[in-house]
Amino acid sequence: MKSEPNTPGQEVPVSAPVMVDLRLSVNRDSYPITVDTRETLLDTLRERLDLTGAKKGCDHGQCGACTVLVDGRRMKACLALTVTLDDREITTVEGLADGDTPHPLQAAFIENDAFQCGYCTPGQLCSAVGMLAEASAGWPSSVTADVTGEPRLDDEEIRERMSGNLCRCGAYVNIVAAIGQVAR
Amino acid sequence: MTTAAIPYVGSTMDRIEGPEKVTGRARYAFEHSPQDLAYAVPVPATIARGEVRSIDIDAVVQLPGVIAAIWHGNAPRLSTPENAELAVLQSPRVAYRGQYIAVVVAETLQDAREAARRLRVEYDAEPHDVELRVDHPGMYRPDQVNPFYPTDTEMGDPDSAFAAAPIVVDATYSTPAEHNNPMEPHATVALWDGDGLTLYDSTQGASTIRDTLAPLFGLPPENLRVISPHVGGGFGSKINPMPSVVVAALAAKQVGRPVKLSVTRQQMFAVTGYRTPTIQRVRLGADADGRLTTIVHEAFEQSSRIYEFAEQTTTPTRVMYAAPNRRTSHRLVRLDVPTPTYMRAPGEAPGMFALESAMDELAVAGKIDPVELRIRNEPAADPESGLPFSSRNLVACLREGARRFGWADRDPAPGVRRRGRWLIGTGVASSTYPTYRRPSQASARCDPDGMFTVRIAASDIGTGARTALTQIAADTLRTSPGRVRVEIGDSAMPSAIMAGGSMGTASWGTAVVRACQSLAEELDRRYGEVPAAGLETSADTTEEIDAQQRFSRHAFGAQFAEVAVDSDSGETRVLRLLGGFAAGRIINPKTARSQFIGGMTMGLSMALLEESIMDDEFGDYLNHDFAQYHIAACADVRDIDAFWIEEDDPHLNPMGSKGVGEIGIVGTAAAVANAVYHATGVRIRDLPITLDKLVR
Ligand code: FES
Ligand code: FES
Repeated sequence: MKSEPNTPGQEVPVSAPVMVDLRLSVNRDSYPITVDTRETLLDTLRERLDLTGAKKGCDHGQCGACTVLVDGRRMKACLALTVTLDDREITTVEGLADGDTPHPLQAAFIENDAFQCGYCTPGQLCSAVGMLAEASAGWPSSVTADVTGEPRLDDEEIRERMSGNLCRCGAYVNIVAAIGQVAR
Repeated sequence: MTTAAIPYVGSTMDRIEGPEKVTGRARYAFEHSPQDLAYAVPVPATIARGEVRSIDIDAVVQLPGVIAAIWHGNAPRLSTPENAELAVLQSPRVAYRGQYIAVVVAETLQDAREAARRLRVEYDAEPHDVELRVDHPGMYRPDQVNPFYPTDTEMGDPDSAFAAAPIVVDATYSTPAEHNNPMEPHATVALWDGDGLTLYDSTQGASTIRDTLAPLFGLPPENLRVISPHVGGGFGSKINPMPSVVVAALAAKQVGRPVKLSVTRQQMFAVTGYRTPTIQRVRLGADADGRLTTIVHEAFEQSSRIYEFAEQTTTPTRVMYAAPNRRTSHRLVRLDVPTPTYMRAPGEAPGMFALESAMDELAVAGKIDPVELRIRNEPAADPESGLPFSSRNLVACLREGARRFGWADRDPAPGVRRRGRWLIGTGVASSTYPTYRRPSQASARCDPDGMFTVRIAASDIGTGARTALTQIAADTLRTSPGRVRVEIGDSAMPSAIMAGGSMGTASWGTAVVRACQSLAEELDRRYGEVPAAGLETSADTTEEIDAQQRFSRHAFGAQFAEVAVDSDSGETRVLRLLGGFAAGRIINPKTARSQFIGGMTMGLSMALLEESIMDDEFGDYLNHDFAQYHIAACADVRDIDAFWIEEDDPHLNPMGSKGVGEIGIVGTAAAVANAVYHATGVRIRDLPITLDKLVR
């Protein structure tokens, strides 16, 4: 058998990593940082800034565990290259609470037992914050019957809008209850 | 010490680590970053069988940031493990596609990934065989099935009884390979300090990892410490150490620096275990009233070339229903496939899909209500061992479940209920899961400030173990949970059984009760006076558990499902799931309910979505990520609820509990498949229930 690179694909010549200086704004703190252009926001947060709240479940945009807010909108941090996020306002699960006062969603998740292992939870919470903002801005989902009016966040709407965040422990029923409690 | 008016066991309590988990402060294995850290990225084999001839290590170590590249040609030597999966990088042999053959260590994750991708490997490939089939010439009878059950059992004359029975079912069912897929991938941070090794590991059992890995590295157990405060799920795949832990420790040893390693989601489909696919033939014979005269359940499964994992697929059939004539058996074939492992209710989940589907077919054949059919076949004692049940409330679960679900007026005719495009149906299935308990140790301590500390190397993989043990300790110490700190997730603590087999709380709880009882006695002797240095007691439950009386100990349950099947597309939606369980005393209703509905959610996922597809040509699981291996998402899960029948069973453990982690998945898929039959008239015997099987 002929020798081949372990991952087939076009061989690009090796060059030194390209490093870029930028200022990252996370949870209202500013971090001057030099990043590898190959670095994802998720790896920057977890490996460089010690903000390990955002989780890596798949690194391929398929599970939602890494969901953070960028300028208030949900984004999968494993699919965003840090170099593109200069000057953007990033919020992670560590930034949701107001000092010692938990965000209402954080309190509702505890009250409704909306998690078990907790690994999907930071992503669920950030996603829920972003989702509530989308709904109150009038964005419809694929289950919204009347796309012209303000969407009413019933359970079906919440389930649809939260389906980008997988939970293997199967806490969905309680997640929907927790979000519903805050949304209504 | 105060006297608690209401016991905390049985009362609802929020998860103790809840605030840490919702704020992102809870640290999982990969989130520990010792000084001078390097990143390890393992390299999987791209052939399913053969040998690694050479790897161009020299080219890769020239790349930016690379510290080392390790393969069997230069890896540190290990002692020979019992499980050959752990002899990582010790030989050129490749036993399955995806097996780790090398690891690259670099300064950053980006550098390590790039180098691992570029590693050039030469193989001597051999033809592979990855297809499970009943008539495979390699099928054999394993000596026993997990964890220690006889491979085959037989009573009476099942064949003659089958031939003579007026109502019969003879059907073959299959369940696909399924992957555990905990949301947190298996990850390890390995740190050597002279002859001492510390592993921050994502594991279901810190003591198990220590006891397995210490001899592998030639260490006395006390030199190996495994720390796992929070674990992002496991569902069985983090019970035994997987190759990745060994790779991390080897790499850290080789480079003389702490090393971090995480298995990728794609790699998890090869190196972290899965549920074996099964092919099962069930034969049932009954008299005209539906009383079973014979039960035959035969299972065919696979394991890898390098490790015999023999799943106990037909064991639930040994306890479910009365019948004078019966046979169960297991046959196994060793293929060039990854090694299977435990996955939530290993054995029971696939086995009860077959048995409970067959019971539904029997109900149809005999024109008997499926709830009534099960009640009619309730045994007075364990049908095979003859032992009395310590408690058994299957009938109560069925009756109460039927009442709450609204079963009473069910028209058994299939394919007749329409709601627009949707065909509606309901189904039922029983659940069961054995009640085990294993020896564990614990310590309990009181300090002069009146605070108690309980320590045990237990593991909270999302079960709420920390919280349950706090409740148990508070009651035993006659204090409030606020005065008790339970410390778990560290092999430096008193040794304990892993979180698996739904036996964690029963095993750990027994040790915690015994340690706390002796502390309370000691405190009473001193009239509550705590010496300045504090007071500590410990317990080991080995003798107590060895001496326990012989009973057949099992939890039981009943699952009810309502489904809608799109008559045009064949899409199935589960509208409602209701599970009723009899699982002893429920320690924390809040977290127990989450376990039940979590198991049922995974059961729904098993019924409709999950299937790892073997690629015969390349010999690996083809759909190895979440885009292709579907697990239930939020929109798939509508109305799931659980209730329980309180049991007062004195033959279990000091808490009277049975374990709730696995029974929720048992029977769910059968209940859904039975409901799909009721909706459409189409009997699906091969999971998952996908559109193509319903549209013909
Ligand atoms: S880790 Fe980003 S979506 Fe899974
Ligand atoms: S709580 Fe474990 S994956 Fe969601």
